[in-house]
Amino acid sequence: MARHLKPAGGFELFAWFFMRISGLVLVFLALGHLFITHILNNVENINYEFVADRWAAPRTGFIWRLWDLAMINLAVLHGGNGLRQILDEYVIRRSRRVLTHTLIWSGAAILMVLGTYAIVMFEKDQAYINQKHALEKGQVVSAGRGQEPSQALQPLAATRP
Amino acid sequence: MADTMAADAGTRRLTVRIKRYDPEQGGEPRWQEFQVDAHPMDRVLDVLLSIKWNQDEALGLRRSCAHGVCGSDAMRINGKNGLACKLLVNTLQGDVLTVEPILGLPVIKDLIVDMKPFFDHYKSVMPYLVNDDPPPTTERLQSPEERARFDETTKCILCACCTTACPPFWGNEKYVGPAAIVNAHRFIFDSRDQAAAERLEILNDGEGVWRCRTVFNCTSACPRDIHVTKAIQEVKHAMLTGSTSLND
Repeated sequence: MARHLKPAGGFELFAWFFMRISGLVLVFLALGHLFITHILNNVENINYEFVADRWAAPRTGFIWRLWDLAMINLAVLHGGNGLRQILDEYVIRRSRRVLTHTLIWSGAAILMVLGTYAIVMFEKDQAYINQKHALEKGQVVSAGRGQEPSQALQPLAATRP
Repeated sequence: MADTMAADAGTRRLTVRIKRYDPEQGGEPRWQEFQVDAHPMDRVLDVLLSIKWNQDEALGLRRSCAHGVCGSDAMRINGKNGLACKLLVNTLQGDVLTVEPILGLPVIKDLIVDMKPFFDHYKSVMPYLVNDDPPPTTERLQSPEERARFDETTKCILCACCTTACPPFWGNEKYVGPAAIVNAHRFIFDSRDQAAAERLEILNDGEGVWRCRTVFNCTSACPRDIHVTKAIQEVKHAMLTGSTSLND
């Protein structure tokens, strides 16, 4: 006969359950991401315009933003908690554990805040995309003439350190 | 046996490397090599006893029943935990046999470790039946299905092979360890017991079941073939759902 008890609760139980769920969700998010960026598309096609179009699309944009938001936050939390578990096996003294936990969670917080800010506050810069298209056209035309590298590309190259 | 059958066909000369530690000399443990002619039917324990009786009587090791029931002679054999009395030497690869004390517990002498921390963890999970109901005139009955629910974890002989194969335990001696959780499982899922909630609370501690990260070393080390990792996961499941049934 199964007996019914009060569920145990507490941080460690929550952390364990979170790892199960986030791990499972990340398998779909991360493999889906790899499939889209490396099989449906490839590194030649993936650029600012690709990401900007996806995030700024009228109806589906928020889905892609939600995908990327979930992926970065779950990955950082999942990785951070896994690191805590493993380091706890080597760092036994309480004061040192406080230090390692502080470092892990501060690092995780910075990454999540930066990632979330970038994804949520993103605005598509159409002018930049247009300029890039114009530059690429210039390059093709000049290459066709068999001349030296395009003059139009020079301002961009000049900005590099 | 190892020495008397030396002339038989099939004997093979083993180089036995043993990690020695002498508390009277102190210092670091050192490796010592012995040559033994082993019969194919010899167990690792026979080889060790042959060394103790014929080559170095100071070799320290524990063994009691020598038949895989008492759990005294757990040791790290060729890098894997096991009972010296259950392992035939002809199942080992190569002619070098390496024997060390089990890891994670203080070494007293040679292959003998201090089991007190291990048994302290065992005692901490209340490994006994708790039932405050007045005792019936006959046995406390349960169905075959109810008995089968915890049958596997009744097989534990407390040899410490699982706990001392566990990497989280190597690093953190406060971790209660797989053997203690197996013995908690044996009572948590027993329909006659009434202290499941208390045991789950003990194991919900930071150094309880949550230190397990499913390395599976315990399951492969268990000489009684208990699915230790599975038992630990069942305890976690009971904590999550608040039920001892696996169907909830």
